[in-house]
Amino acid sequence: MTDKQREHLKNRIAVVFAWIAAVLFFFPIFWMVLTGFKTESQAIAIPPLLFFEPTLENFTEIQARTDYSHFAMNSIITSFGGTLLAMLIAIPSAYAMAFNSGRWTKDILMWMLSTKMLPAVGVLMPIYLLSQKFGLLDTKITLVFIYAMMNLPIVMLILFNYFREIPKEILEASRMDGTSTFNEIVHIVLPLAWGGIASTALLSIILCWNEAFWSIVLTTTEASTLTAFVASFQAPEGLFWAKVSAVSTLAVAPIVVFGWFAQKQLVQGLTFGAVK
Amino acid sequence: MNPALARWLQAPSIILLFLWMIVPLSMTIWFSTQRYNLLYPERSGFVGFSNYEFFWTDPAFFPALTNTLILVGSVLLITVVLGLAVSILIDRPFRGRGIARVMLISPFFIMPTVSALVWKNMLMDPNNGLFAAFANALGLQPIEWLQDMPLFSIIIMVSWQWTPFAILIFMTSLQSQDQEQKEAATLDGAGFWSQFYNLTLPHLARPISIVILIQMIFHLAIFAEIFVTTSGGPGVQSTNLTYLIYIQSQQAFDVGVASAGGVFAIILANIVAIFLIRAIGKTLTV
Repeated sequence: MTDKQREHLKNRIAVVFAWIAAVLFFFPIFWMVLTGFKTESQAIAIPPLLFFEPTLENFTEIQARTDYSHFAMNSIITSFGGTLLAMLIAIPSAYAMAFNSGRWTKDILMWMLSTKMLPAVGVLMPIYLLSQKFGLLDTKITLVFIYAMMNLPIVMLILFNYFREIPKEILEASRMDGTSTFNEIVHIVLPLAWGGIASTALLSIILCWNEAFWSIVLTTTEASTLTAFVASFQAPEGLFWAKVSAVSTLAVAPIVVFGWFAQKQLVQGLTFGAVK
Repeated sequence: MNPALARWLQAPSIILLFLWMIVPLSMTIWFSTQRYNLLYPERSGFVGFSNYEFFWTDPAFFPALTNTLILVGSVLLITVVLGLAVSILIDRPFRGRGIARVMLISPFFIMPTVSALVWKNMLMDPNNGLFAAFANALGLQPIEWLQDMPLFSIIIMVSWQWTPFAILIFMTSLQSQDQEQKEAATLDGAGFWSQFYNLTLPHLARPISIVILIQMIFHLAIFAEIFVTTSGGPGVQSTNLTYLIYIQSQQAFDVGVASAGGVFAIILANIVAIFLIRAIGKTLTV
């Protein structure tokens, strides 16, 4: 066997193992989706069924059996609301930092990131008691605010990096023409950074959607998001695997797809910009 | 833009984040020195460090601390080793690579409560779960995963979610590796391991340390997986510090002790954060 053939064979083996890893990692998700199409008795059948006549019943009757849309709506409102708030605060700030960076800019950004490292459980009591005092327990407003604050540092950092990539010459030219700062942001910076802003928002939505500490601790039913709703199936009486699987499938599907699109921002956002 | 306007634009984010940090933080520190139980509001007052003493003389404290360290350490080891292996395997052109990539990173986007339920019920359930079916098919006694090895079960779940994170980061970094250097090394007859040690590992040194630090921050705070699967049990076998503090606050309603625990958690996270911030600071160009 020549060196080239050996190299080729090695490559083939590596690819086989890569696929094995991919199948193993994806299997629990596949199994969950599959179970969503079973009847309850098929779902707990022994031995487990790989081939069966699929039913759509779990999906079509999801609303009758659970209050799915209520929780889905809460998830949508809190993740989009939290993201919107974070973006509204972050865009002007990151813009100012990127184009008017001063001596403290780096320190400010680093400090912002450090607030992200404060463990939630460390401030559980104050947040809980403050929400209680102001009658904000189990409300979407609380979650929107917390999610915005949680994601603000990451959003700031990614936007800062995006804005810095905009060539300064373009802005200078427009300033020569006497464009105001507001017009500069709206007509020049936003269109140029649009892709970056959209994918940053996507990352923030993913992080809010999957947040599972505050949503469990601070809500009971009124403002519960899908993460908290799914957590409520932990009780033994929640042994409706097919139903839970259908709910779970619907709950994760949009976010998994978002995740595929936001991979690059995810790498940057979750490593706080250290890996690009 | 004039400097004054720049300051005005920056102010909201800085002020809000400052309040978001300083208000709860000082309240936690304040509560931790107070006698404060929601069930007995009439008993109050300054108690010095006795909440701290109560927290770390609690018979659950030491197991919780050990569990936290075992959980974080094991998950780190598994995710980094597996993440390295898989990202190297997939770092070559082949048909369907995009699909394999998507399959590999998908678990990371599953919400923690869903992944906990999928593992708890459909995979690890000793009666109807898939693992039990495999054991039965092989003529073995099915394992009572959450009963007999609760902490290990949680390590598996968390690793399943976070190995994709390591894969994603390492995969991204490997793309920037100098291919010509690798080809030259191959031509010179350098074997896989020699290339791995001398080229790949040094190239990934930074991403590896970042992955480790970030995972430490997140894994010190693991909550939902435990909440949904074992509730910290049996006994305190799968209780970590986060869950212990949660119990103190939400079941014992002891604000003082929970806050003392909170301060402890913050200090622990900060030890990691110092290194992380330093590592990030090196890459942030202003």
